[in-house]
Amino acid sequence: MTTTKPEEIVGGYKYGWHDPEFKPVNIVRKGLDRDVVAQISELKNEPQWMRDFRLRALETFESKPMPEGFWGGNIQGYPLDFDDIYYYVKPMEGQGKTWDEVPDEIKRTFDKLGIPEAERQFLAGVGAQYDSEVVYHKIREDLEKLGVQFLDMDSGLREHEELVKEYFGTIVPPADNKFAALNSAVWSGGSFVYIPAGVKVDIPLQAYFRINTENMGQFERTLIIAEPGSYVHYVEGCTAPTYTNDSLHSAVVEIIVKKGARVRYTTIQNWSTNVYNLVTKRAVAYQDAVMEWVDGNLGSKITMKYPSVYLMEPGAHGEILSLAFAGPGQHQDAGGKVVHVAPDTTSTIVSKSISKGGGRTSYRGLVKAYPGATNARSTVRCDALLLDADSRSDTYPVMEIDEEQVTIQHEATVSKVGEDQLFYLQSRGIEETEATKMIVNGFVEPIVKELPMEYAIELNRLIELQMEGSVG
Amino acid sequence: MSANGAILEVEDLHVSIEGKEIVDGFTLSVPAGEVHAIMGPNGSGKSTLANALMGHPRYTVTAGKVSLKGEDITALSPDQRAQRGLFLAMQYPTALPGVTMVNFLRAALKSVQGRDVPVREFRQRLLDAMALLKMDESFARRYVNDGFSGGEKKRAEVLQMSILRPALAVMDETDSGLDIDALRTVSEGINAMRGPEISILLITHYQRMLNYITPDQVHVLYKGRIVRSGGADLAAELEAKGYDWITGPLDAERSA
Repeated sequence: MTTTKPEEIVGGYKYGWHDPEFKPVNIVRKGLDRDVVAQISELKNEPQWMRDFRLRALETFESKPMPEGFWGGNIQGYPLDFDDIYYYVKPMEGQGKTWDEVPDEIKRTFDKLGIPEAERQFLAGVGAQYDSEVVYHKIREDLEKLGVQFLDMDSGLREHEELVKEYFGTIVPPADNKFAALNSAVWSGGSFVYIPAGVKVDIPLQAYFRINTENMGQFERTLIIAEPGSYVHYVEGCTAPTYTNDSLHSAVVEIIVKKGARVRYTTIQNWSTNVYNLVTKRAVAYQDAVMEWVDGNLGSKITMKYPSVYLMEPGAHGEILSLAFAGPGQHQDAGGKVVHVAPDTTSTIVSKSISKGGGRTSYRGLVKAYPGATNARSTVRCDALLLDADSRSDTYPVMEIDEEQVTIQHEATVSKVGEDQLFYLQSRGIEETEATKMIVNGFVEPIVKELPMEYAIELNRLIELQMEGSVG
Repeated sequence: MSANGAILEVEDLHVSIEGKEIVDGFTLSVPAGEVHAIMGPNGSGKSTLANALMGHPRYTVTAGKVSLKGEDITALSPDQRAQRGLFLAMQYPTALPGVTMVNFLRAALKSVQGRDVPVREFRQRLLDAMALLKMDESFARRYVNDGFSGGEKKRAEVLQMSILRPALAVMDETDSGLDIDALRTVSEGINAMRGPEISILLITHYQRMLNYITPDQVHVLYKGRIVRSGGADLAAELEAKGYDWITGPLDAERSA
C-alpha cells in the first residue's frame, strides 16, 4: 500500500517521520484548565450545551484519581504530565472535499501512508484526521444518496445536532473513567456515522488518525448509529512520528447497534512507541443485533483498551477479537468486556498476544451476566506467545455471573515458541528466522483471516516488520 | 558421494541427552539406493539416534562424525542438513496451528531446492504425492498436524518426504499408530519412492512394516550401538525369537 525509503525507518517503525514544514493555523496553549476547554469550544463555535458538557467533564476529570483496578493500573509508573500537552492543534482552515484542497505538506503524509490510493481501490468512504481536526472527508455518492452519513464529529454536531444530543456520552459517560472524562472535555475530530434502516454498506468506511505535533494529545470522538437491519464495517488506522517526548492519544468510541443490525469495527493501531494510547470503546447491541470488534494493537508505548459490548436484548451477539504485539519497551494492556443484560445473548472473546524483546502484553477481560440473562453463552479464549525469555505476558480475566442459567467457557494458554516447532520446521530446510515468522503468522491467523484482504496483508507486513525491527 | 559410495556414513557416534549417554559408539554406512532397517527393543536408543542425525538441539553429540554424501554434517543446524538432502519422518510430529499444509510444503520445498518452485509444478507434485498416499485434496488446506489422527500424522510425514525427495530419509517408527490398511498404503507409498536417488534408514520396533518394505540390511540396536547386522531374514528371525535371543547373551557377557 505504501512505499517507504529505508532511511525513513526508525527502529523498525516506518511511519516515524514528521512534517517539519507543517504550521498549524491555530494552537491552544499547553496545559489543561477551564480556559483551555472553553477556548476549544469557542474555536469550534459550539452550542452552549456542548460547552457545558465539556466543562462538567473537566470537573469529573479533575476529581477522578488515575485509573487502577480494571484499567491497567500501572499508568502511575509512566511520566504522563497533563500540563505538558497541547490539547488542541488545528491543522488547516475548513476541510478538503478533494485531496487537492488539503495543504501539500499534510497531503504528502497521507500519500505516504497510502490513504488516497486505498480510497480509490477499496473503500466506501475516507476520513483523515491530522492532529486535532479532520482534514479530509469523503463518502461514495451512492451511499450519501441512501442517507448514509459519514462525517467528522464536529460536522456531525453541526449538521445532526439532535442525533448527537440524543446519543453523545450516553454509551460512555464522562464519569466512566478518568480518560473518558478527559476526552469528553477536550474532544476534537473523530467520526460521526449514521446508517439508515436496512442499508448495508458493502465495503468498509475508513478513518485514519495521524499525530504530527510533538507533545500533542489527540482526542477524537466517534459515534456510530446503526439503524435496524443495517450493516457497516468501519476501519481505523493510526500512526505518529517518533519523538523523544511522549504524545497522548485518548479516544472515545460509542456505538449503537439497533435491532437486527450489524456493526464491525476494525482497528489497526500502529502508533510510534512514544504514544500513550488510552482509549474507551463501547457498543450496545439490541435484539438480534451483532457487534464485532477486531482490535489490532501493534504500536504505542502503552495501550490500555478493552472494547466492550453490552448485550441489551434477546438474540444480541457480541464478538471481540483482540490482537496485541509488544516489542521492546512496549506494554499492550488489551482485551475486552462483554455484559449480558438480556436472556439468550451470546458472546465470544478471542485474544492473541505476542511479546518479543522484553515487551509485555496483558489480557484484561470481563464477562458479566446480570440476573435474568438466562441462557447467556460466552466463550473466552486467550493465547499468548512469548518469543524469548525476557518478554512477559499476564492474564487478568474477571467473571461476574449473577445468573445461574448461563454457559461460560474460558480457556487460556501461554506458550513459548517451542523448540519442537522450530526443530520441525528447520528439519524441513526452513531457516530459524523464517520458521519463527511462520509460527507467529500461524498464531495470529484466526484473527487475520477475519480482516478484508488488503488489511490482512498490511497486518502481516506490520508483524513482519515488528519481528525484524525490534533491534532499535 | 564418499569414496565408498555411501550416502550416509556414521562413525563411532556418541550422543547424550541431559548428560546421559544414550548412543554409545554407533557406526553405520548406507550406500545409495539402499534401505536399511534399524531394529531394537524399547530404550535401545532408536529415537535418540534419529533426532541426533537430524541435529535436534536437545541432543548433544559428544563424539563421532556424521557424513552425508561425503560431507561432514556433524556441526550443521537442522535446516542446513535438510538443505543437503537429509529428512526425518518423525515419530511424534509437532502441530503448527495456523500454518496450512500447502503453505508449509511450499516453504519447505523452496528451502531444500534453494529456489522458488513454480505454482503449477508444485501443485502437480502435491497432487501426485497425495494420490499416491490416498489422501484427500482437502488435506492440503488443514493446519500442519493440528488435530490430525495418529495415522494422518504419519501419512503427512510420508507426504512431505515424497514432495521433498531427500537423498536420505530417516523414518522413526513410521509404522506406529497405523492400522493395517494405512500401514499398507504408507508402505506402498514408500516402495514407490524407492530407487537409486534415495536411501532410507527405517527405524522400527516391530517387523510388521518390513513385511511390505524389504530392507537390504537389518541392524539390531542395543544400548546405543549395533550389536548384529544381517539381511532381510534377520527381521523375521527377530519376530520369531524376540530380542532376548541376541541381547540376553550380551547382558550375561557384560555382567560376567
